[in-house]
Amino acid sequence: MKLSTYNFLTSMAIKGVKVGYPLKLTINKKEVVETEFNATFVERLLPKLDWSAIYSAAQVVELTDDIPAVQPENIAENEQLMQKLHHLLFEIDVLDGQLECPETGRVFPITDGIPNMLLNEDEV
Amino acid sequence: MTKIWKKYILYFAQEHVDHRVAEFESLVKLFSLQFRCLTDHILKPFWIVEFPNDEAALKYSSRSVCLRAIFELWSHGHTAPEFHKRLGAYVDTHKSEVAGYFKPDISFKITVESYNKHFSQREKIDKIETMDYLPIEGPVNLKSPLVEWWYIEFWGLDPTAVPPVPDDIMFGRLLAQGQRHLIKELSLKQRKFIGNTSMDAQLSLLMANQAMVRDGDLVFDPFVGTGSLLVSAAKFGAYVLGADIDFMMLHARCRPSRITQKVRDKDESVRSNLKQYGCADRYMDVVVADFSNPLWHRRLCFDSIITDPPYGIREATEKVETKGTAKENTRTPDMAHYPSTSHYSLQHLYTDLLEFASKHLKMEGRLVCWLPFHRDDYSEELLPHHTHLQLVANSEQTLTGNTARRLLTYEKTKEYNNDETELSARLTKIPTPPSCNEFRQRYFNNAIESRQERRMRKAEQREIGRLEAIKRGKVPADARSKKCDLNKARFD
Repeated sequence: MKLSTYNFLTSMAIKGVKVGYPLKLTINKKEVVETEFNATFVERLLPKLDWSAIYSAAQVVELTDDIPAVQPENIAENEQLMQKLHHLLFEIDVLDGQLECPETGRVFPITDGIPNMLLNEDEV
Repeated sequence: MTKIWKKYILYFAQEHVDHRVAEFESLVKLFSLQFRCLTDHILKPFWIVEFPNDEAALKYSSRSVCLRAIFELWSHGHTAPEFHKRLGAYVDTHKSEVAGYFKPDISFKITVESYNKHFSQREKIDKIETMDYLPIEGPVNLKSPLVEWWYIEFWGLDPTAVPPVPDDIMFGRLLAQGQRHLIKELSLKQRKFIGNTSMDAQLSLLMANQAMVRDGDLVFDPFVGTGSLLVSAAKFGAYVLGADIDFMMLHARCRPSRITQKVRDKDESVRSNLKQYGCADRYMDVVVADFSNPLWHRRLCFDSIITDPPYGIREATEKVETKGTAKENTRTPDMAHYPSTSHYSLQHLYTDLLEFASKHLKMEGRLVCWLPFHRDDYSEELLPHHTHLQLVANSEQTLTGNTARRLLTYEKTKEYNNDETELSARLTKIPTPPSCNEFRQRYFNNAIESRQERRMRKAEQREIGRLEAIKRGKVPADARSKKCDLNKARFD
C-alpha cells in the first residue's frame, strides 16, 4: 500500500463510527520503489489529499524533516517539496503492517502490500 | 467565417459495430474535434468524415481501437466512370499538394481492398492499371513505401446478396493506422495474471476510450478482479486504483484460469500486469474491500470510474452482511474468521454504483460499466437512472443465447450535495430495473429450452435418424451388445 492510498482510506463503514479518519498506521515492513516523478499528477492530486494525514504518514516513516506540519501555500511552485511529496506518497510501499480505526481500535491488516478493509458481518 | 474542411475515409473493423459510434463521439469530445459525418449508414465499415485538418484526423486515430486506418480522401464514386472522373479532377485541382507524392524519388505502394468480394492478385493489378493516368514517377516499394494509396471497393454488407457492381469506389492516401495493434499487445493470451472474468483487450480499450481517459487521470475500478480494465486505462496514461471483495483473487491465490496452469505463480498480481506493459508507474494500489460499505474519504475524487460488476454467472455477487439465521458460533477467538457474505442483488449493486459515482466523480467525469440483460426484457426505461448522472452512450454486445450486455456511459452533470433532505429525494428517484433483479435466474432457467427439453429433443432426433437408417436398409449395430462385446474383449 502506498501512502497516497493511506490518505484515502477510512473506517466509517464500522457500525457506530462517524468519521473513522485518519487511521493509525503501523509499518512492519516497507519497500522503496522508484517511480517517475509527474509534477502535474501530484498537483492534481493535492486537493484530494488531507494534509494532516500526509503529515502523520510522514511521522510514521520519519520524513518529518521533509514535510511541514501545516500545508504551505503555493505548493505547486515549490519543486523541491513536490519531489518530496512524490517520494512520500508514491515511492514508499507498505508491504506488511496494519491500519487501526481511531474510534474503535479495530485493526485492518496489510499483507503483501494489500490492505484488507473487509469487516466481519457483525461489524457492519 | 468560412471553414476549410478536408475529407477523410475512416476504415473500421467490422467487429463490435454497436460500439463504433459511441467510441467516435467520445474521442471527438476528448480531443474537442470538430467534424462533419457524410456517411449516413453507420454499419458500413467505411465512413467519409470531414475534419478541419490532418492534425485532427491524426488525433482521432491515435486513440481509436475500432478504426483500422484513416485515409485522406482523393476520390469517391458510386460507379467506375464517376470515380475516375473525380480522381482525375482531384489531381488537377490539388496540383501543388499532390505533386510531392508523384516525384521520381518517392517510392509508393497501392493497396487494393475490397469488402464483401474477393479478387485475385491479377484482378487487383488490373484495377490499379485503370488509374494509369495518375502521373506517378516514383518506384514501387511494397515493404516500406514513402507514400501509400488505397483503392477501396465496397460491395455491400450482406454476403448472401452481393450486388453486381460495387456500391462505393474510393481512393485515398494512407494517413495513419488506428490503434488495433494494442489489442494484440494487451492480449489476454500473453498476460501474466488473468481470471475467469478478465475483460478482453479490445473491449477494455473501448471502455477506456468511453471513459475519455487522459494522461495523468485518476481512474478507479471498484470490482477490479485481475485488473483487466485498469491495464488499458494505464496504457492511456491514467493512474489506477482498484478494490475487490475477493481476498484470494487480489493475492492471486485462487485457482488459475489457464487450463495448462496447475498453481498460480508467486509473482502474479495486478501490479505485475501493469509492469508487463510498461505502466508500473501508473499503479496506485488495490484494496480488499466490500463495495456495499463506504470506505473512501469524502475528498477523494476520480476522473473516471471504469468497471465490470459481477453478474452472478461466472463470478458471484457478494457483500458482507449478517444473515437472518445465524449458525451457532463454533470458532475460537484465535481462529481466522472469514466474513459471512450474502447475495448482493444486481439492482442494489447498480444503485450503490451510481450513488458512489455521483459522490466520487469529478464534474463531467464518466462512469463506464456493463449491465447484463435478457434480450426479451430490454427497454430503455429499465436502465438505472440517477439525478446527478446523465446517460451519454449505450451500446450492446450480444452474449450466448438470448442474453446481452450493454456498455453504459454516464457523465456527472451535477455537483453532489451532502444535504440529507436531498439525499432521500435522490434515492427514491432510482427506479428498480426488474431485469437486473433476476438476471441469474433468467440466465439459467429461462433459456429457450431447458436442459431436460434439450436432452429429450436430441433423443428424439436420434430415434428418427435410426428409423431412417433402417428404412435405407442399414442394419443398425445393437449398441448394448456392442458394449458387452467390448467389455468381454478386455478380459479375454
